[in-house]
Amino acid sequence: MSPASAPSPRDRSIVRLEHVAKTFSNGTVALADLNLDVAEGEFLSLLGPSGCGKSTALRIIAGLGEPTSGAVAWPKAMYDASGKPEAEIGFVFQEPTLMPWATVFHNVWLPLRLKGVSKAAARTRVAEALEMVGLEKFSAAYPRELSGGMKMRVSIARALVTRPRLLLMDEPFAALDEITRQKLNDDLLKLYKQFGFTVLFVTHSVFESVHLSSRIVVMAARPGRVIDDIAIEAPYPRDRAFRTSPLYAEYCRRVSDSLVAAIGATDHL
Amino acid sequence: MSAAEPVDTAVPAAAPRPPSGPRMTEQVLRVIVPIAMLVALVALWHWYVVAYNVPHYILPAPERVAQAMIEDWPTLSGALFVTLKITFAALAIALVGGVLIAVLLAQSKWIEIALYPYMVILQVTPIVAIAPLILIYAPTTQSALLICAWIVAFFPVLSNTTQGLKSTDHNLLNLFELYGASRWQTLFLLKLPAALPYFLVGLRIAGGLALIAAVVAEFAAGSAGAGSGLAFRILESQYRLNIPRLFAALILLCATGVAIFFATSLVSHLLLRKWHESAIRREN
Ligand SMILES: Nc1ncnc2c1ncn2[C@@H]1O[C@H](COP(=O)(O)OP(=O)(O)OP(=O)(O)O)[C@@H](O)[C@H]1O
Ligand SMILES: [Mg+2]
Repeated sequence: MSPASAPSPRDRSIVRLEHVAKTFSNGTVALADLNLDVAEGEFLSLLGPSGCGKSTALRIIAGLGEPTSGAVAWPKAMYDASGKPEAEIGFVFQEPTLMPWATVFHNVWLPLRLKGVSKAAARTRVAEALEMVGLEKFSAAYPRELSGGMKMRVSIARALVTRPRLLLMDEPFAALDEITRQKLNDDLLKLYKQFGFTVLFVTHSVFESVHLSSRIVVMAARPGRVIDDIAIEAPYPRDRAFRTSPLYAEYCRRVSDSLVAAIGATDHL
Repeated sequence: MSAAEPVDTAVPAAAPRPPSGPRMTEQVLRVIVPIAMLVALVALWHWYVVAYNVPHYILPAPERVAQAMIEDWPTLSGALFVTLKITFAALAIALVGGVLIAVLLAQSKWIEIALYPYMVILQVTPIVAIAPLILIYAPTTQSALLICAWIVAFFPVLSNTTQGLKSTDHNLLNLFELYGASRWQTLFLLKLPAALPYFLVGLRIAGGLALIAAVVAEFAAGSAGAGSGLAFRILESQYRLNIPRLFAALILLCATGVAIFFATSLVSHLLLRKWHESAIRREN
């Protein structure tokens, strides 16, 4: 993450991975020469077989673990005194990752609290975030009193409470049932349209990625790299009509073929 | 009849229960059954002493013990107070010290590598073996007993809290890092709350051990006189063959152990009931 990276002419990008490689201490090459350009306002999905480095890439963008080589550039971010970019990101993990001892309110307050915002000052923003995900009535509940889908909503509210410009989501709905997942996908798209943040979304599901994304990047494993880049040119809002259209089916086939190629490319290595 | 065993299953197991009607009966039975059991045991004891004409200096009848309890109450209560004072002072210092040192150990792995072996040595050395030495070094017998009880009660708090501080959910640690949490914020908002259930297990064990150690150390010290605790009264009764009083002192010790056990379990239940699996009644 060097602040020295020159502003690029492609100033639409919010974050850019430049020749990023990551080798873990046990010798696993998780990423090799990964280039990824996330444009402001797009909904970008990372799709790829298990172990291809999707989570690793997301964590590097979030600043959790440095790349072994290469750089992460934030063309639009302000740099703070220590030279770190103020990335304005929200992160949604695969598990809800809530503090079990804290109420929903306290969990959503956390990102603000860590920045020194008092409880009173945070109240309206927390309430807004909970309203976005339809949980305004549950602010006094403890995580154990919520269903899996509701916990995930709290996790999304927590990621949105800081009003991030970039939302990183690592297979957020993978553990949920089909109906809940569909509902949360629709809600996520609604929030995406309403607030205009950028989303970087990791998934295993071809259908989910085509439904949600404006662009899909397909990765192959060992070493993790990009092998395909597919723009999904269909207007939002994407409702049921889109999910039953020939265009949708066409895109699914296209992405699916690419994923098969990605798995094939992995098997040869 | 040990006063309190280091058991860590204090909260009654959260078993699935049938709906309210039978549940009421069950709750009443939960109180009645142990009491009936106690009455039966005392009756058996009484019957045995009478039927076999056991002399009171071997096994006194229950009513003789009760009589001793009442008549010797001034002496016994004074001794009980001394033992309680040592036990709770040791427990309090063990709790504060255990948590503080656990936090210190969690700060850096090198601090842990340097200090942990000595903590283990303190723990594994039998307290009876080092009590004489402590008696020589400590300014008063009371303070020597306090140190002994503290050494024994301290380790369960330390090791459980250390374990708890290390077991923080990695995803939550990542989340805190992501939002730029300071070391202190991570400690107070994440690591300490996450370690609370572990700490409370340590507390329950330490509560029982503090009492045991206070008694054992007093045996080892062989102290005498006005400022002595229950252990000394037990030895004294034995020398004088005053077995009813010995029994009375023993019963006081047991009752203290049981009270500590329930008190620590209650504290643990109250602190965890909202969120921790161990304290939540399963409803499905
Ligand atoms: N901390 C680590 N130490 C060593 N190797 C690791 C570590 N984390 C990940 N890896 C390895 O790096 C590679 C990429 O892992 P990553 O978790 O990014 O994959 P992924 O694409 O997210 O997979 P999945 O879809 O199963 O979540 C894997 O081969 C994994 O074994
Ligand atoms: Mg992953």
